[in-house]
Amino acid sequence: MSSVSDWEAPNPVKDNRGGLIGKGVDRYEGPLKVTGTAPYAYEVQPPSPPAYGVMVGAAIARGRITAVDIAAAEASPGVLLAWTHMNAPAQPPRGTKGHPRSTQGSKPALESDRVAYFGQPVAFVVADTLENAVAASHLIRLSYAAEGHDVAFHERLDAAGQPPGEQDVEIGDFDAGFAASEVRLDETWTTPLQNHCQMEPCASLAWWEGPDRCVAHTSVQMVKPAQHGLAETLGIGRDDVHLLTRYIGGGFGGKGQTYDDLTLAALAARALGRPVKVAFTRQQMMHGTIHRPATVQRVRLGAGRDGRLNAMSMMTWTHCHRDGAFTEHASNFARSLYAAPNRLTGHRLVKLDLPHAGAMRAPGEASGTLSLECAMDELAEQLGLDPVELRIRNEPEVDPENGRPFSQRQLVRCLREGAQLFGWDRRLPTPGQVRDGRWLVGLGMAAAIRGNFLLPAKCSFSVDADGVITVRQGMTDIGTGTYTVLAQIAAETLGVPLGQVKVEIGDSELPPAPGSGGQFGAATAGSAALMAGMNLRRAIADLATGDPGSPLHAGDPGDVTFQDGVVAIENRSETLSDLIRRAAPEGLTVEGEIRPAQDAQKWSQQTYGAHYCEVGVDPVTGEVRVRRMLGVFAAGRIINAKTARSQLTGGMIWGVGSALHEGNPVDPRYGSLVNQDLAQYVLPVQADIGELDAIMLDEVDDKANPMGIKGVGELGNSGAGAAVANAVYNACGVRVRDYPITPDRLLAGLIAKGM
Amino acid sequence: MRINITANGEARSLDLDPRTTLLDALREHLKLTGSKKGCDHGQCGACTVLANGTRINACLSLAVMHDGDEVTTIEGLGSPETLHPMQQAFLTHDAFQCGYCTPGQICSAVAMLAEFEAGAPSPETPRGAAPTLSDAEIRERMSGNICRCSAYPQIVAAIRDAAEGRA
Ligand code: FES
Ligand code: FES
Repeated sequence: MSSVSDWEAPNPVKDNRGGLIGKGVDRYEGPLKVTGTAPYAYEVQPPSPPAYGVMVGAAIARGRITAVDIAAAEASPGVLLAWTHMNAPAQPPRGTKGHPRSTQGSKPALESDRVAYFGQPVAFVVADTLENAVAASHLIRLSYAAEGHDVAFHERLDAAGQPPGEQDVEIGDFDAGFAASEVRLDETWTTPLQNHCQMEPCASLAWWEGPDRCVAHTSVQMVKPAQHGLAETLGIGRDDVHLLTRYIGGGFGGKGQTYDDLTLAALAARALGRPVKVAFTRQQMMHGTIHRPATVQRVRLGAGRDGRLNAMSMMTWTHCHRDGAFTEHASNFARSLYAAPNRLTGHRLVKLDLPHAGAMRAPGEASGTLSLECAMDELAEQLGLDPVELRIRNEPEVDPENGRPFSQRQLVRCLREGAQLFGWDRRLPTPGQVRDGRWLVGLGMAAAIRGNFLLPAKCSFSVDADGVITVRQGMTDIGTGTYTVLAQIAAETLGVPLGQVKVEIGDSELPPAPGSGGQFGAATAGSAALMAGMNLRRAIADLATGDPGSPLHAGDPGDVTFQDGVVAIENRSETLSDLIRRAAPEGLTVEGEIRPAQDAQKWSQQTYGAHYCEVGVDPVTGEVRVRRMLGVFAAGRIINAKTARSQLTGGMIWGVGSALHEGNPVDPRYGSLVNQDLAQYVLPVQADIGELDAIMLDEVDDKANPMGIKGVGELGNSGAGAAVANAVYNACGVRVRDYPITPDRLLAGLIAKGM
Repeated sequence: MRINITANGEARSLDLDPRTTLLDALREHLKLTGSKKGCDHGQCGACTVLANGTRINACLSLAVMHDGDEVTTIEGLGSPETLHPMQQAFLTHDAFQCGYCTPGQICSAVAMLAEFEAGAPSPETPRGAAPTLSDAEIRERMSGNICRCSAYPQIVAAIRDAAEGRA
C-alpha cells in the first residue's frame, strides 16, 4: 500500500544537484522536428512500398445502407480492393474482449448496414497510388434509407436526463440561500460544438510480419488501448500487435482513441499482403473523430453586499451520441473553486444523432469557466467590487464541497501577482471609457483551475557500456514535451549530462504508461521514470561496491553519489562507463513503477492560475483584437520552464479561440457540421494573438507524486476565454453570453446600446 | 508524365500521374516527408515549400506545373547536425510543440523575410510608409501558417531572432 508519506523522502529530482530540473532545455526531439526528419505515422517507410487506402463517409446522419455498387470502383485503374459492409472482412462485434484484461474491446470497421452519424466511414478503397484510390473512392455508389435524425440540441433540452450514474450535488439549501441573498445573478451562457483540428489528421500505416503479427504505426495519445483494441478487432493475441506512435501531430484529446483508419489499414494489409496506409482527410476529421459538445450553462450566484457568496449553482446541459455516454462536465470545477454555504451543481445530457462527443483539451473547465468566470465579473459589477477582490473574498479555506484540505492552493497569489504584473490597477470599472484611435480598449480577468491526477505507470532504465542511459516507456509525446522531461529526469537522477540520455517512447512493447491526457502525462510518466531511475542507481551502486575492480569496492551502496557521469564514494570514484564496461559489459536494465497513493484522496488537488487580458473592440465593425494577455500559474514543481510555458501559452490561445473564433454549427437538414475544413472552421492564427505570456509561480506539491510536480497542458485553457470575454465587456459595455463573441453578435449589442 | 525538378539542389526525374500534387510528389515519391499535409486545400500552410525561392502551398499545386523548377523543402534548409539559423531559432524559442506545422512555418518564415527585404507590401503597413519588421508585421505575414498547438508568440520571437542574426 502506498501513501503520500512515502513520497516525502529526498530524491534526485528534489535535490536537483545537477540543476536540470526546472531548466528550460531545448526539446529532446526538437532537431528532428525543425528539420522535418521526425516521421509521423503516415511517413514511416515500411519494408515494401505501401498501398493507399481512402475512406468514404456516410451521407446521412441516421439510417441504413440499402444498396451498394462497388463495380466501377473495383474496375478503376490501380484498385486493389473496395469494401463496404457487404464484403469487408468479418470482425468480432464491437466491444468484444477475447482477453479479459484488454484495456479496449474490438472496434470493427464497416461492420453493418447501420449508419449512426454523418460522415461515418461506410466504404473503403485501396489502390496502388493515392491518386488512383481517391479517384476510385468517388465511384462508389451507396443508397440509403434515412430514418430521420435528431440533432437540434437547443430544441431538445427538455429531453435531457441525468448522465448515467450521476446525481446533482447539493450542499446546504441552494434555493433558500439564493432567495435570501441580497444580490443575485441568474444568467445563461451557451458554448458551441468545437473540433480539435490537430494539424496532423489521424493516420495509420500497417503491415504484417507473418499471418499472425501486425505492425501498426498510428497517431494516438494512448498506446495500450490502441494496441489491445486493434488486436481484439483482428482476432489475434494482444502481443501480436506491435503498435507504434513515435511522433504525433497534436492530440488535444481527439487522439485519445483510435479510429477506422487503423482498423482498415490493418485489415487491408492482411488481405493484400503488403503495407497499407490510410489517412483521414481534413474534411473527414470533422465528423469522423470526436468533438467537444455544445453546452448550455445556467449560473446563479447569490451574495451579500460584502461580496461573500451565500449561494451558487451551476447547471450544464450538453449532448453526446445516441450510443455514447460522454458528458462534458462543465460544472465540476465549480465544486472546488469558491466558498459558499449553499451550492447546487449538476449536468443534463441529451442523446443526439451527431457524431461522437468526447474529451477536448481541459474537458469541463474549458467550457465551464466561460460562464462562471464571467458570472463572477458580472456579480463584481453589481456589487461595485473589483473582480479580483471578489474572488479573494470567496477564497475557501478547505475544499468547499468535500471539506478536504488543499494539497496546495495558490490561487490568491496568482491573482495578486498577475494583477500587479499586468497593470490591473489601470482598469476603469465603468465600461467603454478608454479609447485608442478607433478602438475601445478594455481589461478583463478570470481565474483558472484544473484538477491534478496520477495514474499507474511503468518505465525501464538501462545503462550501457558507454554510460548512456536509455529511458523506455510506452508513453506518448503529443507536443507536450514528454521526451524532454523524461530526459531531464533521467539525467538528473543518474547524474549524467543530457546528451548522455536516450528516450524511447510511443511503442507498445515498452513498459506501459497511460499516455497523454487530462494533463496527467508528465507527473505520471515522469514519476515512473524517477522510480526506474532510482532503481538503476541502486543497481549501479550495488555493482560498484560489490566489484573488487572498482575503487568503490566494499563501500556502502547508500553512500554512492552520481554526478557528471562519475560514481563516487567521497574521493573514491570512477566513470559510469568504466564501471559498466568492466563489471557489466552487457549493460544493466531495471524497471520502476508508480502507483497512486491510497491516501491521496484526503487532499483536494488542483492546479490554479489567473488570466489577465486587454482587448480592443472596434465599435463600428464589432471586431475584437487581443492586445495583451498574461497568465500566472501555480502547478507544482516545473520540470522544464520552456516547454511548460509553451503548454500554458498554447492553452491560453485556445481560450482566445473559444471566446472569439471557434464553433461548428450543426446543419439540421443533414445532421452534419457546417464547417468542414480549416478555411471555414475559424481558429486563432498568428495575427489574432498579440503580446502573450505565461508565468509560473514556485510551488512543490508533495501530495501529488514523489516529484511534487503537476500538469500544465490544460490549465492554461481554463479561464482564458472568460478573461477575454470580460475584457470585451470592459471595453464596450456589451455582454455576449453566446460564444464565440463574433462581430455580428457584438454589433447587435453595440447597436442596441446606441454605440 | 515525366517531370524534372531540382529538389534541395538535387536533379530528380519523376514519372507521375498528372493528378499528383507537388506535396504528394515530395512526400510519396521523393520520400521528402518533411513537408506536411494538414488540409490538402491550401488552408493551413503545413505544406509550405519554396519554389524558385517563393513560398507556396505544395498541396495546392500540381507537380507537373513545376517541371524545371527548383524546390526547396525543410530538408533542404538544414539537417539535425547543421541547423539553418531559422531552424535553430525555432528550437531555441520552443516555437513548436507537436512539430507538425513546423516545417511549413520555417519555410514560410525564411521566404517571408526575403519578401520583406524585397519590399513586398502587407496590410500592416500604411500605403507609402516604409515597413518595419514589427511583431505585428511578422504576425500578419505569417498568418497563412496555422499552428494548432498555438506556438504563435514563440514563433514571432524565433523569427525576430533569426531576422536580426541572433540565431
Ligand atoms: S496542406 Fe497545404 S495548405 Fe494545408
Ligand atoms: S507545433 Fe503543433 S501545430 Fe504547430
